[in-house]
Amino acid sequence: MTMQTLLHQLLSGFAMGAIYASVALALVMIFKATHQVNFAQGELAVCSTYVAASLITAGVPYWIAFALTVVISFVAGVVIERAVMRQFRHASVLTQVIVFVGFLILFNSLTGWVFGTMTRPFPSPFADNAWYGSRYLSPHEIGLIGVTLVVLAIVFVFFRYTRLGLTMRAAAENPASSRLVGIRVGWMLALGWGLASTLGAVAGVMAAPRLFLEPNMMSGVLLYGFAAALLGGIDNPWGAPIGGFIVGVLENVAGAYLVGSQLKLPLALFVIILVLVLRPSGLFGRTVVVRV
Amino acid sequence: MSHLLELRGVDAAYGAIAVLRGVSLEIADGGMVALLGANGAGKTTTLRAICNMGVKTRGEIRFAGRRIDGLATEAIARAGIGHVPEGRGTFTSLSVEENLRLGAYLARASERRIADDLEKMFGYFPVLRARFHQQAGTLSGGEQQMLAIARALMGQPRLLLLDEPSFGLAPIIVQDIFRILRVINREQHTSILLVEQNARLAFELVDRVYLLETGRVVTSGPPSQIAADETVRRAYLGQ
Repeated sequence: MTMQTLLHQLLSGFAMGAIYASVALALVMIFKATHQVNFAQGELAVCSTYVAASLITAGVPYWIAFALTVVISFVAGVVIERAVMRQFRHASVLTQVIVFVGFLILFNSLTGWVFGTMTRPFPSPFADNAWYGSRYLSPHEIGLIGVTLVVLAIVFVFFRYTRLGLTMRAAAENPASSRLVGIRVGWMLALGWGLASTLGAVAGVMAAPRLFLEPNMMSGVLLYGFAAALLGGIDNPWGAPIGGFIVGVLENVAGAYLVGSQLKLPLALFVIILVLVLRPSGLFGRTVVVRV
Repeated sequence: MSHLLELRGVDAAYGAIAVLRGVSLEIADGGMVALLGANGAGKTTTLRAICNMGVKTRGEIRFAGRRIDGLATEAIARAGIGHVPEGRGTFTSLSVEENLRLGAYLARASERRIADDLEKMFGYFPVLRARFHQQAGTLSGGEQQMLAIARALMGQPRLLLLDEPSFGLAPIIVQDIFRILRVINREQHTSILLVEQNARLAFELVDRVYLLETGRVVTSGPPSQIAADETVRRAYLGQ
């Protein structure tokens, strides 16, 4: 084991961590707003990735296909919330879980039916011989880290500095008070769904060149995403991406030196169990101090 | 005289549990009205019925001449009713500034007008200026109550509903808040519907009182008249 391979494993894990970061943030975004865990997040992302693949195959330039996919995924997220999830807003937790699992199976089968179940390659916009590639990270890995960081920055600025972002945070924190100041809370939840499904789409499209496209592409990623969200704190939007990067690095390094590639996925479950036992609020989950 | 708010035979229920039965009341434009009654009489429910917040209502509710019963809570807020709810409804994880900006949400005001309104709020409640960047959940109860009132006022409502603003606060702070309410009513011409346990305080502030008992209005009139009533004196003023 040389320093160089270790460095390679670390950085490569960081690249995969970027994918988990996006998925974790998508999960947290919906959880914060609705206290629901979207088990179908991964399948929705796969759906989005197939849409991108179809556009690219049809001859649409990569980045235009990327932008279109983002928009389509956003609209799909909004529609799913408005048309379906909204009906179950006041249903029991168990009912909601069943709806999400139903979505998972539905979208998984739907992508298989529409696009076929065989594994296929997916192009990367970052050429193999690009100047920014290095011994440690391929151009695609650099590119996907870059895209993820840009997306995270946009999300941060949106929530922190825009009126709509503030309104969405308010709707998530206190729906009753939000209605009293005139906020249409239902639409804010729908927007949250749209954003989450956009994040999923970016994760899917960025992961596909590495994982290869097939209907179950994101099932493992979703598990790591859960681990990342829990590690960062399921109610902490800033913790989720950090959790993602940690899980990515951990997975890669442990896979290389500790458990081998066969046991990488159980590692995610191990992280989930560890967090739930030792620190259920996650590394960065904070308790809001309230005086009454 | 035309009324700003008018309830005609309003019933309200939580699920199968009826709380209000045939409540009628009105508030004049610019008026200040108190809703008194024991715990469980239906005071909070009346406010919730007006804003269509989690209660099933029947009957007629008019605001500025327009039917608002059946509208969504956010639409009623948009119509010009500011509601300072029971428990204050603070956005605890957000800053004081963000809480106030959310209050201005429906006015869709320009930055300029928001700045003007903020100055006005600082004039009423100077402590909010000192706490402006602080997380709202860390404010004291009195400060949160002031924040809640200021948040509602940022939306420039024509009618302000206040649910026990004195609850859990030190008497000196309560005095202060009530003094400000009078100023707000005078300066902004904001009508006020106040739910209070503290009848003595309410009597000093308002120009009309409604007394609720087990979901019905049992009597109403100017405070002097109500305060003179023997049963009211015994039950609510401890005399």
